[in-house]
Amino acid sequence: MNHPLLRLDGLTKAYPGVIANDDVSFDIRAGEIHALLGENGAGKSTLVKMIYGLVQPDTGKMELNGGGFAPSAPRVARTSGVAMVFQHFSLFDALSVAENIALGMEQPPKPAALAGRITDVSNAYGLPLDPARLVGDLSAGERQRVEIIRCLLQDPKLLIMDEPTSVLTPQEVATLFTTLRKLRDEGTAILYISHKLEEIRALCETATILRGGKKVATCDPREQSASQLAEMMVGTSVTPASGAQTTTGSVVLRVDGLSLPPQSAFGTSLKDIQFTLSSGEVLGIGGVAGNGQDELLACLSGEVTTRATTLHFEGQDVSALGPNARRARGILAAPEERLGHAAAPDMSLTENAVLTGAVREGLAPNGIIQWGKARAFAERVIRAFDVRTPGPGVAARSLSGGNLQKFVVGREILQNPKVFVVNQPTWGVDAAAAATIRQALVDLAAGGAAVIVISQDLDELMEISTGFAALNAGRLSPTVPMRGLTLESIGLMLGGADAAA
Amino acid sequence: MLRLEKRKNPSRGWAIASPVVAVLATMIAGGIMFAILGSDPIEAIRTIFWDPIFNPQFASYSRPQLLVKAGPLILIAIGLAMGFRAGIWNIGAEGQYIMGAIIGGGVGLAFYPLDAWWIFPLMVICGGLGGALWALIPAILKAKFNTNEILVSLLLVYVAENILAAMSLGLLRNPEGQGFPGSRNFKSYDAAHNDFLIPSLGMHWGVVFAFVAVAVAWYVMRYHQFGFRLRVLGESARAARFAGVKPGRMVIFAFVISGLLAGLAGLFEVTGPGGQITDSFNSGYGFTAIIVAFLGRLNPLGILAGGLLLGLTYIGGELAQLMLNLPGASIQAFQGMLLFFLLATELFTNYRVRIGK
Repeated sequence: MNHPLLRLDGLTKAYPGVIANDDVSFDIRAGEIHALLGENGAGKSTLVKMIYGLVQPDTGKMELNGGGFAPSAPRVARTSGVAMVFQHFSLFDALSVAENIALGMEQPPKPAALAGRITDVSNAYGLPLDPARLVGDLSAGERQRVEIIRCLLQDPKLLIMDEPTSVLTPQEVATLFTTLRKLRDEGTAILYISHKLEEIRALCETATILRGGKKVATCDPREQSASQLAEMMVGTSVTPASGAQTTTGSVVLRVDGLSLPPQSAFGTSLKDIQFTLSSGEVLGIGGVAGNGQDELLACLSGEVTTRATTLHFEGQDVSALGPNARRARGILAAPEERLGHAAAPDMSLTENAVLTGAVREGLAPNGIIQWGKARAFAERVIRAFDVRTPGPGVAARSLSGGNLQKFVVGREILQNPKVFVVNQPTWGVDAAAAATIRQALVDLAAGGAAVIVISQDLDELMEISTGFAALNAGRLSPTVPMRGLTLESIGLMLGGADAAA
Repeated sequence: MLRLEKRKNPSRGWAIASPVVAVLATMIAGGIMFAILGSDPIEAIRTIFWDPIFNPQFASYSRPQLLVKAGPLILIAIGLAMGFRAGIWNIGAEGQYIMGAIIGGGVGLAFYPLDAWWIFPLMVICGGLGGALWALIPAILKAKFNTNEILVSLLLVYVAENILAAMSLGLLRNPEGQGFPGSRNFKSYDAAHNDFLIPSLGMHWGVVFAFVAVAVAWYVMRYHQFGFRLRVLGESARAARFAGVKPGRMVIFAFVISGLLAGLAGLFEVTGPGGQITDSFNSGYGFTAIIVAFLGRLNPLGILAGGLLLGLTYIGGELAQLMLNLPGASIQAFQGMLLFFLLATELFTNYRVRIGK
């Protein structure tokens, strides 16, 4: 081929105080799956935003099929054949699949015709989806299919996918890969952003690696080992968290017969959950999102209180206590949603430190907030967890996802919890930061705390947990020791089968 | 082409500069309008902003009017802003203002003609309670049944207005008033009269309460956990619950505080500058205070400035109508411009303008 499909030439984009992209050049050929690798803050998001027309480069230019390409808005990029599936879905729960897809189109066809086209595309690419179903009833994998089909209906030449597998089960990942390979074979180029190096080695022919806004290398990932790729991303070698093999102590948390009706129209109910947790233990709770993870965390953190005697901490019934009373006793939590749940977006990091740290750190004696002390606490979290930020005075929303995650997890860990519950501790976090967070969780358990890690990342759970339980449709399986479990047996447990079998 | 781009962090400089820029822009745009109407624009602007306070010819009348007008606006707006920060929308301050005046004033009239030092303090307490109790109706409905507090509090204004009409024609009518509607005049009942403390400044107890409310609210919003919780709730309800905030309880607190302050404002007005409970003594302070709250960016110090500025344009506007024969509508347009520019320039605190495509 004469021209690459998309040529990036010297793209530079600076924001106040940071150069997000510095002279980045590479080519994407038609019919290739091209990986874009890099740590959080390496400039991947900015780069794809420029390609998708969400931001404009300061200098440098792009060529599409040999012609100039400078999209001023996503609409322009879409008409040129560039489509994007975002990490976070923009779908309305209360609308059907077809209605959601129609909303994203410039000139949606008649509903009946659209439903037909959706069915055609979904059959052609092995993405089964009923256009009439409500999005609220779909699993994360099915929601992603909606987003993908929405893109495919535009017949894109370049499909950008931002961390598509982070919400999928192993089976759904396999389906997705089949679809992507089929698209590639038809000549569509795919720009694939991911942290999962093994995935990239299995799927992609080319990989471009960014570090600190600059291109480090373009290589064939199949010829590199995962650790070589990781080193290129980080600049130094990455050591996995040393496994938690500590001896467990006495029981600190006992959950017994915990049930919860759905909290919203599309919520999941919890059904008769029971488990015990001992100090020094890291209980990994696996399962696909939407099976009751948020609800379980809310019950443990105290945001939702449950029937008396369902929750005992150090022998005392804490079922009726609210979040701050539980914090006072040592039960801390970090929810999955960083912005808007674990942290208030427009508030500064100092204010967000007060959000959960007021009780245990004594930041508000007699209700009077000690801002100096709060700032010092925020600075301690920033230092201890290497949060990249100009200072504790910046708004939480201005931090990248990974950095905010480090702050949110660090804020709880530095308060010396006796029980720490964390949902998706490393979701959307780069390899180095994820290793830091996992190590901190392991160290916390080694120090005598009990840790519950709720995660969809099975590799993560196998790396750090001592025990494993699967959460499926609001039911929790019995806990089994992590040692000796295989991916296959975990898969069976996630499917609802009894692990002991 | 011009584009707006969200700033990563709000600009502190703009937050301070935007009101100044807005007032200047209003003067320019308003000046052009006055010039088109055939008046000297500089004289018109001076008449509105300068003469009410400093021109010896008018100041003796209009200077006290500034605090008389701004006092209740500030007092009510301070309470409303605390709720607004939490996303709790009390739109019915006008009703709470009326109920404070009726209940506080009614208690005072019940003791007529007794002369005792404790009558006025008792009236103040009852006025505040009256407003707070009236505000509790939408608050409890919201907290218990999740009704829309905007609608309920607003509709209760009309209920309060009807109660006011009934009271001034019935129970509270002046028995020596020759059948005219309206209560006894508090100016002729010393024990219940909210007289000027400093007549030349228009300072009365309501203004004192307004200033105290500004200081207390500033401290609470900045340093007290209660203020922090209100702000967190306004930012994100989910994060607030995670932080242990109980939204229902905050709704009750926010309504009680704003109702209390509105009730106090009503009591001070009716026993002071207003003079008597009539079916039309309320002049929309409860609604104008909503504007003042937003003019002040929901910040107590901003509300203090916003209340004074709005009060000034009212007095100066009247003066300009009188002295320069400017039509009343042009003064309202001028006030509209001020609000427009204040809200428009606020945008630049969170956004920057980018030139280019």
